[in-house]
Amino acid sequence: MVSAVMSAAEPRAVRRRAWLTNANAWLLLLPAVVLLATFTHYPILATLYHSFFSLSRGGASEFVGLENYTYMLEDDVFWQVLRNNIVFAIATVPTSIALALLMAVWVDKKMAGRSFLRLAFFTPTVLPMIAVANIWLFFYTPNYGLLDQFLKSLGFAGHNWLGDPSTVMSCLAAMVVWKEAGFFMIFYLAALQTIPPELKEAAEVEGASRWYFFRRVTLPLLMPTTLFISINALINSFKLVDQLVIMTKGGPNNASSLLLYYIYEVAFTFQDTAFAATLTVTLIAILAAVALTKFVYLDRRIHYQ
Amino acid sequence: MSEIVVNAVSKTWGGVGGVNRISFKADAGTLLVLLGPSGCGKSTTLRLIAGLEEVDSGTITIGGRDVTHLSPAQRNISMVFQSYALFPHLNVAENIIFGLRVRGVGRAERDARLRKVADIVGLSHLLERKPSQLSGGQRQRVALGRAIIAEAPVCLMDEPLSNLDAKLRHEMRTEIRSLQQRLGMTMVYVTHDQTEAMTMADRVILMRDGHIEQNGAPHELYNEPASDFTARFIGTPPMNIISWEAGAVLGIRPEHISLVENGGVPATVKAVEYLGADSIILCDVKGETVSVRQTGYCDLPTGAQVALGWQNRHIHLFDRDSGKRRAGSHLPHRGFPLNERQ
Repeated sequence: MVSAVMSAAEPRAVRRRAWLTNANAWLLLLPAVVLLATFTHYPILATLYHSFFSLSRGGASEFVGLENYTYMLEDDVFWQVLRNNIVFAIATVPTSIALALLMAVWVDKKMAGRSFLRLAFFTPTVLPMIAVANIWLFFYTPNYGLLDQFLKSLGFAGHNWLGDPSTVMSCLAAMVVWKEAGFFMIFYLAALQTIPPELKEAAEVEGASRWYFFRRVTLPLLMPTTLFISINALINSFKLVDQLVIMTKGGPNNASSLLLYYIYEVAFTFQDTAFAATLTVTLIAILAAVALTKFVYLDRRIHYQ
Repeated sequence: MSEIVVNAVSKTWGGVGGVNRISFKADAGTLLVLLGPSGCGKSTTLRLIAGLEEVDSGTITIGGRDVTHLSPAQRNISMVFQSYALFPHLNVAENIIFGLRVRGVGRAERDARLRKVADIVGLSHLLERKPSQLSGGQRQRVALGRAIIAEAPVCLMDEPLSNLDAKLRHEMRTEIRSLQQRLGMTMVYVTHDQTEAMTMADRVILMRDGHIEQNGAPHELYNEPASDFTARFIGTPPMNIISWEAGAVLGIRPEHISLVENGGVPATVKAVEYLGADSIILCDVKGETVSVRQTGYCDLPTGAQVALGWQNRHIHLFDRDSGKRRAGSHLPHRGFPLNERQ
């Protein structure tokens, strides 16, 4: 009898302890869960929900199925901003990564003024995008801007850099590369410093040239960093639109508008929240797909230490 | 032949550390050990021979060729690093043939040589593994394989065994030595472990503060230490150094001291370390510690009064100020020298 009671009590005690452990874990997670749910997960689901409904100006909104999406696919401006965004990403991501790597390799060397150079490369990162946009706005100003004054001194005519659809995208890309490269350099610099110096010496004894060592050892060892940076750069190319507000407002004729800026316009200027929700879902889908393929496909080919 | 001659070589970093006008020669096909405490300049010397550091003055020749200002690759050497310096993203095979790839050796020859070397270092079944999937001893073998596949006549080793456990270290010691003899390489081997030096070397160079303290065969360093520093550095436990008459200190190896019945130097037992085959008895002689090696087990209790004796032919005398060995260290008297001091 006594032993039967004991054995019945024991699992209950174990279960009680397991329940307490679980409760404790959930309580610890609670603050983060609340914040994430309120400001990330709920808005995503709400956006998805609204993208299937008509706009409710005063009246009740109706379920319209994929109508918003059909409308989006027929919208010329959507296709143009999407094309703009892809061009912008292709122009800024590889350039800023290559530049970051170049700067990192340079300031990793032992030389006089190294700290100053590192600081100089990093400075654009510290500046807010709004400030950067204002500075570059002055560079690009027709006739009395820095760029035009320089070109004029060489005998060229002035040019409305940001007002010309054929040059506005390149101008914005150059500015974003300038802003971003220094930030990515820091990651490369940190990664370079984890590569043991003996590897270089071992390669030197074997007769490997500096370029051979860089190609066959340094670059592969930097691949995890490159993957991390390229995903960040890609996300930034879709995410950073502050400069458009200051410099072009997406113009001329949507030539410099990007997807996120278009969403902002649709939502807050045209007050079409249903269509803005549809565009947002599309943007999130694009970014998730890009990140997923990169992690799934590239991770297998990268050496992690 | 590929003997290495280092002639009056100096290297400092703004007057700190480095080596000061050292000269020595490593005969072709022999194993030379650079031994010394940390910071004595032994690794610097090796790196100077390898060409990883530039000499301030002096010359280095390998096989009669002046290599003082040549790059490491031009010196036709191979090297094993303390950390092994394996490329973490390459597998064992790719690590071993790295140098052959650099020099553009054809695929067929590369494969043939890889098979041979992998067989020698016993890695044939691990060629596809990455360094992170290997044990310390296996990594060491990869580094060794990478060094010997070059078939360079000179192999430089920088404390290659210091990251291994004691058992493995003993194994690799024998293996490296037999490999060196089989392939007829000239090897310069840096270590701070005097056991490694004594067991492997044809010749040992003991260094201290950037200069050579003694250069000789292992038995010479043991039996005729040129200074009290050498005497203290070589041997476990090291030679006992006791104050002696004015201006001199006396050195005697623990195995040359015995406990005697009558006469001898009175001493107090401080501790006994039992090592299996023998015991080390630590005695206090007038405030100085003297260790005595006795075969077998010793059950003397702490605080026991004993008497120590030894033969004069085992005595070494060193100058107290310079630490240099005194010529004709043997004493004129027979008997127990410490007795006569009293």
